[in-house]
Amino acid sequence: MNSTVALLMCGPAALLATALLAAVVGRRASATHLIYGAALIISAALFVIAAGHLARNPEAASAITLPLGLPWTGARFRLDGLSAFFLVVVNLGGAIASLYGLGYGRHEATPHRVLPFYPAFLAGMNLVVLANDAFSFLLSWEFMSLASWALVMAHHGDEANRRAGYIYLVMASFGTLALLLAFGTLAGPAGTYVFDAMRTAHPGPYAAGAVLVLMLLGAGSKAGLVPLHAWLPLAHPAAPSHVSALMSGIMTKVAIYGFIRVVFDLLGEPAWWSGVAVLLIGGVTAVLGILHALMEKDLKRLLAYSTIENIGVIFASLGLALAFKANAMPSAAALAFTAALFHVLNHSFFKSLLFFGAGAVLTATGERDMEKLGGLIHRLPVTSFVFLVGCVSISALPPFNGFASEWLVFQAILRSPELPQWGLKVIVPAVGGMLALAAALAAACFVKAFGITFLGRARSAAVERAHEVDRWSLAAMAVLAVFCLLAGIVPGFVLDGLSPVTLSLVGDRMPVQMAEPWLSIVPIAESRSSYNGLLVFAFIAISASLAAFFIHRFASHAVRRGIAWGCGFADAVPAAQYTAASFAQPIRRVFGSFAFRARETVDMPAPGSLDPARIKVDMHDVAWEIFYQPITGAIDFATERLNHLQFLTIRRYLTLVFLYLVILLLVLALWP
Amino acid sequence: MNGLTFDIAHLLAGSLVLISFMMLYQDRLFALINVFALHAVVLALSVAWQAYIQDAHHLYITAAIALVFKAIVIPVGLHRIIQRLGIHRDIETAVGIGPTMLAGIGLVTLSMVLMLRVTPEADPLAREDLAFALSIILLGLLVMVTRRNAVSQVVGFMSLENGLVLAATGAKGMPLVVEISVAFSILIAFIVIGVFLFRIRERFDSVDVGALDDYRGERR
Repeated sequence: MNSTVALLMCGPAALLATALLAAVVGRRASATHLIYGAALIISAALFVIAAGHLARNPEAASAITLPLGLPWTGARFRLDGLSAFFLVVVNLGGAIASLYGLGYGRHEATPHRVLPFYPAFLAGMNLVVLANDAFSFLLSWEFMSLASWALVMAHHGDEANRRAGYIYLVMASFGTLALLLAFGTLAGPAGTYVFDAMRTAHPGPYAAGAVLVLMLLGAGSKAGLVPLHAWLPLAHPAAPSHVSALMSGIMTKVAIYGFIRVVFDLLGEPAWWSGVAVLLIGGVTAVLGILHALMEKDLKRLLAYSTIENIGVIFASLGLALAFKANAMPSAAALAFTAALFHVLNHSFFKSLLFFGAGAVLTATGERDMEKLGGLIHRLPVTSFVFLVGCVSISALPPFNGFASEWLVFQAILRSPELPQWGLKVIVPAVGGMLALAAALAAACFVKAFGITFLGRARSAAVERAHEVDRWSLAAMAVLAVFCLLAGIVPGFVLDGLSPVTLSLVGDRMPVQMAEPWLSIVPIAESRSSYNGLLVFAFIAISASLAAFFIHRFASHAVRRGIAWGCGFADAVPAAQYTAASFAQPIRRVFGSFAFRARETVDMPAPGSLDPARIKVDMHDVAWEIFYQPITGAIDFATERLNHLQFLTIRRYLTLVFLYLVILLLVLALWP
Repeated sequence: MNGLTFDIAHLLAGSLVLISFMMLYQDRLFALINVFALHAVVLALSVAWQAYIQDAHHLYITAAIALVFKAIVIPVGLHRIIQRLGIHRDIETAVGIGPTMLAGIGLVTLSMVLMLRVTPEADPLAREDLAFALSIILLGLLVMVTRRNAVSQVVGFMSLENGLVLAATGAKGMPLVVEISVAFSILIAFIVIGVFLFRIRERFDSVDVGALDDYRGERR
């Protein structure tokens, strides 16, 4: 079956050709439709091929070697179950983002800065997922990073965007360095960079530990693990909204693919402590990510921080799968691994949906700051409805998809007492507690995001002039909302589709879910737990319809609008409403002093003065201060010291080289 | 191996090291170039001897290249450059002769200790040859480091290259291509540096590379 991967390789090639075309015609008015249309068709075709592979013969792996790349390795690409699943995620997201771009791209002021890089970015992500040797993987990875960097810098007139682009570039280089070292360690002294050879060569315990740490650094910096997340909330919102959706919803998943490919596939049997490391990092990432999101008042940055939380959930689940796999509990490992993959898919749905919604709000009002929005539900009824669906899904409320996958994660956590190591027995429930906290905070966060943005009264004139966005954007969001619902009420369909992937990577699969009656899902056994999204959905739908029917039938048909209660103020200005900051204040009081070193200072005017009293909140990003500032300080110090080496005379340069040579020879001569 | 052939090869390679030492204490440019020409002649003899004892006729070409270009063409060219620049009376050493000679002795010791230690299984002739060649290379570098004048830096560089040729010919079976390419690259470097010298001269009226630093506003 080499034809499948050959067919799939045509996709990135076509996307790259589209990128070249966009570079030529990017300034024309018709280019937007042409490029996004082409990207939509190519992504949809790739999605169909990958989904067909996953549905028909996922066990079969097909490989291809192109005569490019390293001379003795070539550029190798391979399609197996795992890459097929991630191709589905990438291309479904890519197709819907292109659909959204058809409408959203028309508002772009400088389309020639976006259009060439957009298909290139999609091609890069596809190539990373298909790569079958370290060189192709790293090359595609860097290509993906650079294309997305160019998209982040699309609006480089803004100082904040330039800073975001710079930090992104530095962090991406750092991540690639870590990946390079990881692959170098995996290749070992023989230096075989083909994945097939790495799979059979089992590194020793120290090398395996080093690879795990390097992958956490390399893939984790791209995915946004704390404390490597600092670039993410800056860079993701800086790009145009459909690209933000791709970066947050899809590119972080490509990073997770890289982690799974190396740690689960290439590295062989894991040690039990590797699960502990991944679990703890995942739990901390989830809690800190959502706490940051709660404090945020910029809608797109809030969504970017929430991505960090979901990445934390996925990594915690992967850590759990590692711990189970190391202890030869394949059925539990399959459950945790399936939960992680399912959440990957779900997060790509609802995070894309929410970013599209934020983009629609941005198009309609020109505002990202929630403190200046409000009351949009009257102006953007369709957008607000689909945004609500996204909020409910990401808050893990049944019957939507977020609940199904997070529920599976907790089912996996509940199997932790069977683990033999006491460390894991203690840590896994603790991480479960952190995930539960994160889930609750996420719900609060999205109550805030939806409530402040769409409910209440308009806080600025821009909102009052807002109009519903175009049909392409609405169609893209509606499709995603339907996916969120479908994945929530028939999760068994997705879980069965994932079973070949788990079977090949952790050695077991979850029980067949579609065989259960009434579309229930039963992760372990009927006696332990089961969930039926369809039942919940039917109950909610029927009871709500009945209530509406009874009210309208037996009460009154009339819709009355009363005056909003002014909280006792005579002339309630919109600014007196609940704001994003005031909604988050109780949570900031509880966690802020610990997580953000938040300090509140009250600035009281002197007696007799007519100045208003002010409350000032001082918050810090602790990760920034603990990890980044010392490193940048050390680099600054070293470069200051080394700077005068730039200005030596020719003779002194020669002397330096000469002395260095002599020292090397001396070392060689004196070496015992 | 015949004792006499070994001794003669040894003698010639040792003479090269000795002449490198002579280069270290020449503080007049003409004298330096003359010593370099002597260096090239001895190199040509040494390479020719290697060609004879290894029965490798292509090495005679290398010897001829060394003799014609390094012993005749380049020294004559450098003489003319110096006369045209009018710097033949310059005395220039950045470091005193005594310390330079001591450093040179140290470098020769280092290369002997190193080479004799890391190549115990090698052919004894090649082994000695390599040790001498490394000494010549290091001494050439030392000449470059201790001089301020661009011409003498060029001479130091070329004596360094002589060491490379000695090493290449001492090892049996080294293909001729290498030597020719090395020789020609050096020739090209010489031409480039020659042009460069005139450029410096045009711009600064001196070939003291210190002038470049003055131009950049740097102190030495």
